Amino acid sequence: MKRDEAIPVMEGAVCPVPLAHDVTVVMGHGSGGRMTHDLVQRRFQRVLGNPALEQGDDAAVLRLPQAAGRLAITTDAHIVAPLFFPGGDIGRLAVCGTVNDLAVMGAHPLWLTASFILEEGLPLATLDRVIESMRVAAEEAGVAIVAGDTKVAERGKADGLFISTAGVGWVPEGREASGRLARPGDAVLVSGPLGDHGIAVLEARGGLGLASDIVSDVAPIHGLVEALFEACRQVHVLRDPTRGGLATTLNEIARQSSVGIELDESAIPVRPAVQSACELLGMDPLYVANEGRLVAIIAAAEAEAALQALRRTRYGEGAVRIGRVLADPAGRVLMRTAIGGTRLVDMLAGEMLPRIC
Amino acid sequence: MKHLDEYRQAHLVQGILEDLRRRVTRPWVIMEICGGQTHSIVRHGLDQLLPEAIELVHGPGCPVCVTSLELIDKAQAIAARPEVIFASYGDMLRVPGSGRDLFAVRAAGGDVRVVYSPLDAVRLAQENPGRQVVFFAIGFETTAPANVMSVLQARALGLRNYSVLVSHVCVPPAMHAILGSPHNRVQGFLAAGHVCTVMGYHEYEPIAARYGVPIVVTGFEPLDLVQGIRLTVEQLESGRAEVENAYARAVTREGNAAAQQVIGQVFEICDRNWRGIGRIPASGWRLRPEYAEFDAEQRFEVQALRSEESPLCIAGQILQGLRRPADCRAFGGPCTPEHPLGATMVSSEGACAAYYRYGRSA
Repeated sequence: MKRDEAIPVMEGAVCPVPLAHDVTVVMGHGSGGRMTHDLVQRRFQRVLGNPALEQGDDAAVLRLPQAAGRLAITTDAHIVAPLFFPGGDIGRLAVCGTVNDLAVMGAHPLWLTASFILEEGLPLATLDRVIESMRVAAEEAGVAIVAGDTKVAERGKADGLFISTAGVGWVPEGREASGRLARPGDAVLVSGPLGDHGIAVLEARGGLGLASDIVSDVAPIHGLVEALFEACRQVHVLRDPTRGGLATTLNEIARQSSVGIELDESAIPVRPAVQSACELLGMDPLYVANEGRLVAIIAAAEAEAALQALRRTRYGEGAVRIGRVLADPAGRVLMRTAIGGTRLVDMLAGEMLPRIC
Repeated sequence: MKHLDEYRQAHLVQGILEDLRRRVTRPWVIMEICGGQTHSIVRHGLDQLLPEAIELVHGPGCPVCVTSLELIDKAQAIAARPEVIFASYGDMLRVPGSGRDLFAVRAAGGDVRVVYSPLDAVRLAQENPGRQVVFFAIGFETTAPANVMSVLQARALGLRNYSVLVSHVCVPPAMHAILGSPHNRVQGFLAAGHVCTVMGYHEYEPIAARYGVPIVVTGFEPLDLVQGIRLTVEQLESGRAEVENAYARAVTREGNAAAQQVIGQVFEICDRNWRGIGRIPASGWRLRPEYAEFDAEQRFEVQALRSEESPLCIAGQILQGLRRPADCRAFGGPCTPEHPLGATMVSSEGACAAYYRYGRSA
C-alpha cells in the first residue's frame, strides 16, 4: 500500500518527558511551580536549613531572646563582578555585609532573609557554591537565614546572580552607638589594614596584571563589637567603612556629629601590596572599599583598653589608633600628612577612576 | 614601600625646607609643569610648608585638561555609535564636552570601557572581531610610547577593527607659549619627570638659554619636589638659568631612545588646539599618513561639531599659570568635581580638582 506522505509515521512512544534542568538555571526555575519548589527545597533549604526556614510559610515567625532591648533592622543589595574573588564571594559578602550593618549599631545579629535574582543560564553548581558559602558565613556570624525568595531574569538581564538581604538584630539595653555621638577629644580607631577588599576584587576582574596575593577582608565583625562593649563604657560611634572607604565613612560621621576629625597619615594601616596597587592606579586607599573592618570612635581615656580588646579578637589583630575628634572644623575631615602638612580629606566624587599616567 | 618610603621621609623633607628658608632672599614664582606634581604637592601639604616667598603656580601638564573640547565632543560622537567599543583611560570619562560626558554616553547605550593600557584595547579588538574598537589616545610624551605600540601591534596582528583617536601634545611648545606671553609671571620651572624619562631633557636647554629661566627635572614624591624647588631657587638666587636633573634615578639627558624611535615611526608633529589656551603651532603629534588606516577621525565620519566652553570657566588662565583655582568665581560653587564646568576640575591631575579635593579653597 502506498503510504500517504502527509501523515507522519509513528515510530513508537515518544512522550516528551521534560528535561531535568539540573545543570543551569532556566526560566522555569522562577515559575513558582514545581521547578521553583525543587530548587528551594534541594538547594536552599537542604543547606541553609533551620526550623524557621523549613516551616515553608510565607513569613518566618520568631521570638526575641528577651522582651527588653530594641530591634535593629537593615537591608542590603549585593552586586559584585566576579562572583568569586580571593578571600570571598557574593554569598559571604551578602551575609557579612548585613551582619556588619547590624553589629555596628551594637546589635546581636540574629536573623537574615535573602532574595536571589538568578540569571537564566547560571550554572547551578555556581549557585550551590554561593549557598554553601552563605551557610559557612552565617554559621560564623551566629545568624540564621530564616526566609528567602528566588526570581529568574532572562539571560542578559542580570549579571549572573544578585542577592538582596535583610537582617534583624537585637540591641541590649544601654547600648547607644550612632554617627551623631562623636565628641571632641574622642579617639578614632580602625580594626585593620584598609583597602584589601576593593583591590582584591579589582585584581580578580583581571587586567591589572599584578602578581599580588591581596585577599579580601570580607568577614563578620560582630565579635569585634562585642569585645568593645565588654571593654569600654563610652563607645560613641561604630561603622564599617565599606563603599567609599574610610574617607567617606569619616566624612559622614563628621557631618552627623558636627565635629572635625583629624587623621594622622603615618598611622593609617595599609598593606604594602595594596599601597603599591593604589600608587600604580592613581587610587587612594582611603577611598577603597573594606568589607571586614570596623571604625570605632571612643572616649580617649578608653582608647588603649579598646585597642587591646580588639587585638584579642579574630579580624581585629591589626587594630590601631589613627586620629582624633576635634570641635572644629565641624563637618570636615583633615589629614596631618607624614611630612607635616595638613590637607582636607573629602568625600569621593562619583566613581573612583584610574588615572592616565 | 620600597622606592616610595625613602622619598617621603619627613626629616629629610624638613632638612631641605630648612635649607630653602635660609637661601631665599626674595619672592620667586615657580611653575610645576605636571598635574601629577600639583596633586602630590597639595596631597602632602607641601605648599603650606614652603617659605612664603616661593609661589608655586600650576602648569598645563594635565593631558585630560588640555584635550580640546572639539575632540572630546568627537570622542562622544564616535562612542555613541552602535558598532563601536570606545576604550579610554578612566580620567577621560568624566570630562565634560559641550553638553555631556562619556559616562552619559555610556548610560545612553554607548559601549564605553575603561582600560589601563592601550594594549588592553588591542586585546578588545582581537576578542570582538565584529566590532570597531577605538582607543582615545591622549596624553603628553609620557603616554605616547604605549599608544604608538598599540598601533604597531594592531598592524602586526592585521587588525582591521582597531583605531585610535589621537590627541597628543608636547611639553616644550607649551613652555614657549607660556614664556612668550606678555603676561608671563613664571621665573623657573620644575620639568615633568615622567615626560623626561621618555624624551630626556636636552630639549629644554634652548628654552632655558633663550628665556633665561632655570628648568629642573623633578620627580613626584615630596623629597623629589622639595629638592627640585631647592635647585630652582639656588639657580634663581645666583642668577643662573640652566637645566638640571633632580630625578636622576629615572631620567637621563637623552631619554629613552627606543621609545623615541617608535614615536617617530608612527607619529608626526602637528599643530594642536589646547583646551583653554588655544592653538599652539607644532605642539602635538598625529598619526603619520602611513598609519592613516588606524586613524579614528578618518574611519568615522564625524560631523563638524560646534563646541562651546562654559563662560564661567577660567581653566585656560589657570593652565598658563596666570590665575589660581581660588581666583575663579565658579570654584566650589557652580563648579565642583561632581558638576565640573571645565576639565581642570575633573582629572586626578587637574589643578582645580586638587585644590578642591584637598581643601585649598580658602
